[in-house]
Amino acid sequence: MPKLIVCAKQVPDPEAPPGSLKVDTSANKVVLPASISPVVNPYDEQAVEAALRLKDALGGSITVISLGNNLQRDVVKKPLSMGADELILLEDPAFEGGDAWSTVTALAAAIKKVGEFDLVICGRQAADWDAGQVGLGLAEMLGLPVISLAQKVEVMDSKVRVERVITDGYEVIESSLPALITVSNELGEPRYATLKGIMAASKKQPTVWKPDDIGLDASQVGEAGRKSKLVRLFQPNKEAHCEIVEGESAEEAGSLLADRLRTAKII
Amino acid sequence: MSSPLSVLVTAEVNEGNLSPITLELLGSARDLAEKLGGKVVCALLGNGVAGIAQQIIAQGADQVIVVDAPALQDYLSDTYTRVMEEVVRQTEIEIVLLGHTSMGRDLGPRLAFRLGAGLATDCIELDIDSGSKQLMATRPVYGGNARATFATDTHPQMATVRSKAMTPLPLDPSRQGEIVTLSAMPDLKAGLILSDRVKEEIKGVKLEDAPVVLGGGRGLGGPEGFQLLDDLARVLKGAVGASRAACDNGWWPASAQVGLTGKIVAPDLYVAIALSGSSQHMAGCSGSKTIIAINKDPEANIFKESQYGVVGDYKQVLPAFAKRIKELLEE
Ligand SMILES: Cc1cc2nc3c(=O)[nH]c(=O)nc-3n(C[C@H](O)[C@H](O)[C@H](O)COP(=O)(O)OP(=O)(O)OC[C@H]3O[C@@H](n4cnc5c(N)ncnc54)[C@H](O)[C@@H]3O)c2cc1C
Ligand SMILES: Nc1ncnc2c1ncn2[C@@H]1O[C@H](COP(=O)(O)O)[C@@H](O)[C@H]1O
Repeated sequence: MPKLIVCAKQVPDPEAPPGSLKVDTSANKVVLPASISPVVNPYDEQAVEAALRLKDALGGSITVISLGNNLQRDVVKKPLSMGADELILLEDPAFEGGDAWSTVTALAAAIKKVGEFDLVICGRQAADWDAGQVGLGLAEMLGLPVISLAQKVEVMDSKVRVERVITDGYEVIESSLPALITVSNELGEPRYATLKGIMAASKKQPTVWKPDDIGLDASQVGEAGRKSKLVRLFQPNKEAHCEIVEGESAEEAGSLLADRLRTAKII
Repeated sequence: MSSPLSVLVTAEVNEGNLSPITLELLGSARDLAEKLGGKVVCALLGNGVAGIAQQIIAQGADQVIVVDAPALQDYLSDTYTRVMEEVVRQTEIEIVLLGHTSMGRDLGPRLAFRLGAGLATDCIELDIDSGSKQLMATRPVYGGNARATFATDTHPQMATVRSKAMTPLPLDPSRQGEIVTLSAMPDLKAGLILSDRVKEEIKGVKLEDAPVVLGGGRGLGGPEGFQLLDDLARVLKGAVGASRAACDNGWWPASAQVGLTGKIVAPDLYVAIALSGSSQHMAGCSGSKTIIAINKDPEANIFKESQYGVVGDYKQVLPAFAKRIKELLEE
């Protein structure tokens, strides 16, 4: 029965309307309006889903690890209410402002502390910085084989078999265990939390670890442990001018749009 | 092997041809190398690929490192990482560039963590800071709602680059360069097994190359709507892409999803039909020369991204638009 670890990040809701997010350019910081609430990174919900499908088929257990600061319990507990067994939070002000390097350093230390496992599952990218580095970096730091961009994950005979999404199709790749997988959205919709799951999750207390608990110094994590520096954060200015073509009817407008493209020499 | 401050491009070969992204990377590398006073080096990995080395020189490289072996026929994470690690260790490389493709998305972070290098992924702009001589790598973040410029103190510095963000140099067969091989080959025994590759057959024009792309969204309401788009695409010699919402619904193949996590298109004309223009979708088409929108909601974000638009139900607007287009093209 496989022991599975899923890494899931709390991010600002990426489906918030375009333009609602603002940037404080003097502080190089994102300013989130109250209307954008935190969620579990959508790909990480899919990573949880991939783990749950394996657990449905084979049994085993799922441990979820989330690293951050000010993690909202009702948000980060969602994987538990979907059916995961255990939640570990790496939560401390020292974890704030990290990049892929400092995040991988901390997650790798936490995974080593968890001990034995068969598979670590990550999302393909976190929908805040859209970097797509942590899963692959973790595999390097833990010395694990890695298969990225999975749309299907199966475990059999102590091997993992993955359909990896490529341009215009997919490839089938097999690896020995333990291994690390990153999940892409082609995996399909994550399941909803059930009422029973929500009840069970509300009774579970996450384990909280600080840098000390995973044998790290505050200088190795968060902002202090970065390899890349953010030089500038900004929003490109869009010249928002759209010429709306109108007509007596919708049909006429459609026809006039074609004419407009012709006069503008676009077609 | 080469002078310091070299910029390394990792080539991608697809069915014996250099991928467009490689030409784009070479164009960008040339610019960076000139600002650094260094050379453009290209790593060419594959099986039976040595013959393309000359073309890489004609596209801007000063040196091509050919690593030709049967084990490198297909991209495999562990073998390619090992070879690229060797390439970087055996040359004096300051900057490593890869495409943000299914290969580069995998190889980039692995190589960066193996080398202890700072990496910026999915970059759309690269420059050299005139003071520090560091790479300034600019990339969209927060689903395209903001942009960030990153720098790093590591050697090498690394970036993966979004397709169609950089301009290739014109092919110049008179360009001179040297073709070399690795002085020592790493072990090419693979831990992973690639047991199958399933490629969708593409009928008509390839989405990434099409001069006209029709993008359909959730508002089409079902696969029938896409039939209308497909018919019009044939008239315009274009291709049909879709928003993730439409692909997730199974109305159009996932491989034709346009956006941050799908295909990047930059056609002369992008027609956005019944899609709202989310930042993640626009990440895949905002490089289009002209964007036009058909949407029933005048407040839809897509109108902020378009040059021309019609507010209305696509069921009425699109057939009339298609009919008139046909007439105009036949004139
Ligand atoms: C991490 C992440 C990555 C993502 N990557 C991508 C990506 O690569 N590509 C992508 O597309 N999305 C991506 N998304 C999803 C994205 O956020 C949006 O949810 C998605 O693009 C919405 O698709 P849509 O515009 O088709 O649907 P909607 O936003 O629902 O818009 C439908 C539009 O159709 C209009 N409409 C409805 N009926 C009609 C009609 N009869 N006639 C005319 N207009 C009509 C409506 O007014 C509306 O504007 C990603 C999301 C996340 C979180
Ligand atoms: N702070 C975090 N906590 C838990 N998992 C994370 C964290 N950051 C990144 N990950 C995992 O790594 C994946 C890729 O993240 P990124 O490299 O930041 O795009 C995510 O989908 C998660 O699975």
